[in-house]
Formats: sequence, C-alpha cells, structure tokens
Amino acid sequence: MKERIYLDNAATTPLDAEVLAAMMPYLTTHYGNPSSIYSYGRESRLAIENARKLVAKLLNAHPSEIFFTSGGTESSNMAITAAVRDLGCLHIISSPIEHHATLHTVEHLHQTGAASLSFVKLLPNGHIDLDNLAALLETSKDRCLVTLMHANNEIGNLLDIYAVGDLCKQYNAIFHCDTVQTVGHYPINLRNTPVHFITGAAHKFHGPKGVGILYINENVKIKPFVLGGAQERNMRAGTENLYGIVGFAKALEIASANYESDSTYIKSVKLYMMEQLQKHIPEVVFNGDVAGSSLYTVLSISIPQTERSEMVLFNLDIHNICASGGSACASGSNVSSHVMQAINNNPNLITIRFSFSKYNTYKEIDTVVRLLKEMI
Amino acid sequence: MLKFPIYLDNNATTPMDPRVLETMIPYFTEHFGNAASRNHPFGWEAEEAVDYAREQVAKLVGADPKEIIFTSGATEGDNLAIKGVYEMYASKGNHIITATTEHKAVLDTCKHIEKLGGEVTYLQVKEDGLIDLAELEAAIRPTTILVAIMYANNEIGVVQPVKEISTIAKKHGVLFFTDAVQAVGKIPVDVLKDGIDLMAFTAHKMYGPKGIGALYVRRKNPRVKVTAQMDGGGHERGMRSGTLNVPGIVGFGKACELARLEMADDAARLSKLRDKLENALLQIEESYVNGNREHRLPHVANISFKHVEGEGLLMGFNKNIALSSGSACTSASLEPSYVLKALGLGDDLAHSSLRFGLGRFTTEEQIDYTIEQISNTVHKLRDMSPLWEMYKEGIDLNSIEWAHH
Repeated sequence: MKERIYLDNAATTPLDAEVLAAMMPYLTTHYGNPSSIYSYGRESRLAIENARKLVAKLLNAHPSEIFFTSGGTESSNMAITAAVRDLGCLHIISSPIEHHATLHTVEHLHQTGAASLSFVKLLPNGHIDLDNLAALLETSKDRCLVTLMHANNEIGNLLDIYAVGDLCKQYNAIFHCDTVQTVGHYPINLRNTPVHFITGAAHKFHGPKGVGILYINENVKIKPFVLGGAQERNMRAGTENLYGIVGFAKALEIASANYESDSTYIKSVKLYMMEQLQKHIPEVVFNGDVAGSSLYTVLSISIPQTERSEMVLFNLDIHNICASGGSACASGSNVSSHVMQAINNNPNLITIRFSFSKYNTYKEIDTVVRLLKEMI
Repeated sequence: MLKFPIYLDNNATTPMDPRVLETMIPYFTEHFGNAASRNHPFGWEAEEAVDYAREQVAKLVGADPKEIIFTSGATEGDNLAIKGVYEMYASKGNHIITATTEHKAVLDTCKHIEKLGGEVTYLQVKEDGLIDLAELEAAIRPTTILVAIMYANNEIGVVQPVKEISTIAKKHGVLFFTDAVQAVGKIPVDVLKDGIDLMAFTAHKMYGPKGIGALYVRRKNPRVKVTAQMDGGGHERGMRSGTLNVPGIVGFGKACELARLEMADDAARLSKLRDKLENALLQIEESYVNGNREHRLPHVANISFKHVEGEGLLMGFNKNIALSSGSACTSASLEPSYVLKALGLGDDLAHSSLRFGLGRFTTEEQIDYTIEQISNTVHKLRDMSPLWEMYKEGIDLNSIEWAHH
C-alpha cells in the first residue's frame, strides 16, 4: 500500500507513542475504580488527581477548576446548559460558524424557550464583528452567555479571546470559549484570560479519544450535567475514564513542552503549502484570515467548481491523501459546510480543509500540491 | 504463589482482559481516524471498526446493531434514558416508577426529574431485595411513562424478575428501562425475551475499558425515542453527539464477544467458588447473607458479620484483599449502605457487611486465602469487642440504653 498522507488533523490526531506508554499501566495492572478505598482504588485516584494538577499547572488554573469529561462535545453542552440553567443567562450570543456541539445546543435551548438567541455578525474575513458583539451585549435586557470558539475548526480564524472576555466582563456576561482546536496547540494562561468556561479534547492534540476537560472558573458555581455519583467533586458522575485522563495530561504535557518547536515547524509547513499552491495553482483561494490571526494547523482553500474539481476529495483519497471538505462531524452529510455558507456563500467553489500536525513533512506537501494540480 | 492484593471487587470495576487490550491497541496507533471522517480511509477504518463492535455488543444482548447507542459509560446511559424519555414523552405523562435500591445514577437522575416537575414513585423492596410485582402494578398511573428497575443489584447481586416487570409495563403501555450494568456479560440478557425497551450497560464491568458504555434503545414494538442530552455533530443517530471513542468501542465489542462465548463457563466456575466462599463464611457464628440467594448473580455475595465493624473488618485485611463494604461510588462515605437499609437491616448489620465480587481472574487459591483471612479477622475483632462479649453473655443489645455522644 502507498504511504498515506494524513492532512486531517483538525478532525483527529494520531496518538503520541509516549502518551500510549503513559496510559498502558492504567490499561493493564492499575485498573482499580478510583472511588474504591483500597490500594487499587487509591492508586487510580492518585493518577487522576496528579493528571488534574498537571493539566491545571499547564493551563495556569487551579486544580479545582479542571473537570474531566468524555470530550469536547460534552464539555460544551455542560457549560452552555449550566450557564442558562444555573447562572441566569437568558440570552445567548453565539455565531453562525460555531461547532455543531455549540450550535445545536444553543438552538435546542432556544427552541425549548429556555433562552433567547442572537448571532453576532461576521466580518468579510470571517472574524467576529466585535462592535456588533458590544452592541448586542449593550442592548440585551437579560444576562448574556457569550459562546464563541477560540479557533474555527474549518477556516482556522482565531478569536481575540481577551477582547471578547473584556466585553463580557464589562456587561456582566458569562463567556464560554470552545477551545477544542487550541488547547494543546497554544499556550493558554487561564489566570489572565477573562473566561468562565473553556473546553478541551485530548484527541485533537495526540491524546486519546473519549476524554476531555471543562474548565470552570472558580467564581462560577454550576450544577452537574451528568448525575449519579460523587466523581469530579460531584460535578460529573460516572466511573472515570482513568487511562484517558492520564493520557490527556500526558498529551498536554508533551504539547506544552514542545510548543515552540512544534508550532514553528507546523506553521512553516502551512506557509510552505500556501506558497506552493499559489505558485502552482494560482486559481486557489484561501479562506478566512489566513495571513492574519489564524490557526497554524489549518489551511482552508477553495477552488473553482468544474466537472473535474467536483471530485477532488474523492481523487485525493484515491491517491491516499486524507483531507476533508469541512468538519468531520458533518462530513457524512451532503449539506455544504455551515461555516462556508456563513462567510462566503458561493456555490461555484469547492472547499478543501487541510490540517497539519508535527508528523507532516514538506515532501508530503509537494506530493499533495502536485497531485492537486492534476486534479483541477 | 498468591499475588497481593487479591482483587475481589469486580462489581466496582474489572481488570481488562488482555485479549480486549490487544484488540484495542491498533486503534490507539495506526487506525487513529475519526469515525465521522467520510473522505478518507482513516475515517472508514474507524467507522468499520465501530460498526463491527456495534454488532458484537448487539449480539450479546440480542439487539439489532441499530439499537445500540454508544455513551461514555452507564451513568451517562442512565441519564440519557431517564431524562431522554422524560423529555420525549412529556405529552404522555410525567410519572416514573423506580425502586429504592437502584444505583445512584438512576436515583439522582430521578430526583432531578422531580425538581423539573416530574413525579417519581420509589418502590420499597422486600427483605430479600426483590421488588413486589403487585406493588409495581398498583403504582402505575395514567401518567406513568417509565418503569426504571435495575436488572441486578450492584451491592447484593439480586436479580429482579425482569420479564415479569416488562410484562406489567407493556400491559399498561409504559416503557421499561433497566440499568443492566452488573448483569450484561455475566448472565444471559436478551432484550427481546426480557421485553426491555431501554437498557444501560458498560464495558469496564465486563473486562473491557473504562470510559465506554452503551444504551440500548428499542426500534420496533414499540419504537422508542429519547431526546438527546448532548447535542452536536449528530453522531449515534442524533441521540448522542461527540467524536466516537474508537479504541474504547472496539474494546467494548471484544469484551462483549468474549462474554458471549465464555459467560456460561465463567458463571459455572464462579458460582462454585462463590458458594465455597459463602458457605465457609456462613460457618462463622452470626453471619448472614444479604439478599435473595436464589435470584442472584453467580459471582456475587454480600455477607454481614454481626457485632463486627465493617470498616475495622476491611482494615484488617485490606492490604491483601481488595474488597468493599458496598458500592464504590459511595465507599468513601461512612454512611451505611442505603441498599442494605432498604432490605430492612439495622445500622449494626448494615455496617458489618462485605461485598464480594468474584471475576474472570479469581482463582480458588485466592478464595481459600480469603476465607482464612476473613474468618481470622472476624474472630479477632469479636474477641476484642465488648459488644460480642455482652452478646455471648446473653444480654439483649437492643435493650441497652446507649449514652449519646
């Protein structure tokens, strides 16, 4: 079989071998239920609390602010639901380009009458219109929940989390930031970031699937989302995914330790691909604020729709190149990406998302660009 | 050679079967794709693996693969079933019937439903831990939408008359949900024969990994629907969003397959060991089995030793034998088990109980050692106990007025 080229790291990433090694004892000999009081249970409990301390340290939060969940989707659901139910946020402000975990949750709350819903305007480059956000907050009769993602998973735009957080502070709003694409990819210092909730999913930064975190700022008090046990200090019931939690912490530790070199390298891969695309396929358009405030792991491009280019994802796949049209969560559907629709609703363009990791090479990019040229 | 500590708390969690781990490893390494990625083979491999596992899981419980919704565990499954039915069937009614001996995941969710304006009947159980079927039927109202009774109890192992319960529920057009965490993979569970409409279960109680479970949701006669509790990408037929935990699911599938093939042998061997343990411990004066011995999981025994402090008992051999006095979820608290209290045990007996959960890797040698250790510890503690001395002198301990402190 030909070597595959994996350029869909925003969907999920390969597990780091070191992370698996850290998890192994908890997949074999250290299997105790962390709630049990004998030695097997105590070593499991210790592993979880050490993982929590490590994660807290790496994000500069307090360990009591870190809660382990089953992943990013649960974390976002939990935060948004709690903000409405427990924190009196009767008005949700979000954006049309959020991940479905956010969009469908806010739509559900809107439909059931639990909260009103506004979408903030987008600028032509896909960024949030901060003036519009300020106006929405200013004119809101009710306390607001602002839920905006730190980095867009499809086009890579980065939010000015400080500016949004400061606005929220000014208007006494609760701020939930979906940081699934940035935790493990950017240094996050929660001590000086004005945010109430952030989310993380291990499998987006070379950790295991099935485990995530919700950061809950110590100043907000919410009720649990999943009920039925005292785990996670009564905030998330259910026997802990022990090996997953250990893997989450290890993956974040590795990501943080290698941030400078990994991010520099991955960014250079992205820039190299942009250069090569511009050089060899001038008709390519880059989506989002690609030269400005943008995730270094994501490159979204559009190409004119032709009979040939329509099949481009299919053809890329035939050549063992893994990329996606948009978010993995929606890739089964034939509906075009809600993100692309919101920022540039041009049906005559085909969108491809390439997303990179530390394991990608320049040579891979050369291959992809060469083949892509033939395909369109 | 015995290796310590001996693990006899398989109701809390089980060690993973090495064959399960072996099946999972490739999905941690080369097959790392997101099962929702539809444009490339990493995604397809992941999806195929999930589909295969879904079949393995479905086959164990006699379900159709389309009826299996993967969750992060049984607690999430319990939450999804109860809250999901409550929301979905709101136009039909708001009354739920459950029992006082259910797991906290069910009880806490029911309490939450009450806060939302729902009504919940908590059935008492009989002395042997079984519910009274006539009481169940009498509790059904026109507004009843769900009967939530566990298949087998996590503390005493008592197996409820699931078929009879489902017959009653069906007769009145009420859905039947069962938390079958302790039963699936240990005794034959068949959603069709048992008439189950919704069922939560989990991998880590059956030699699979933690962090993965399933909710069975019936699709025919009747077609059952639950309102999703986690919104997002619309995974799991819209009932449970979130990137699938592929290695976990693969492990769960393998664990189910192993259980299906080996359950009968495991159960036969373990019930013999359990009986040996139980009969030996019942030789100790004033020791009692809690719960019905006939309708019981084959690998579980819950025994009280009168006039012995459970905590002291645990400390006596905890270094060498991993055991608990009740549910892991509440084992850090010093409260006596609410399950044993529901059977009518006084604080003294409830406080002096031990839960034995044997498992696939339990050996006869371990059981022999356990019998010896527990017998010795009970005798030693009683020798030091003034209560035991008074009891032996024929003083009725209930007649004594204790000084409050």
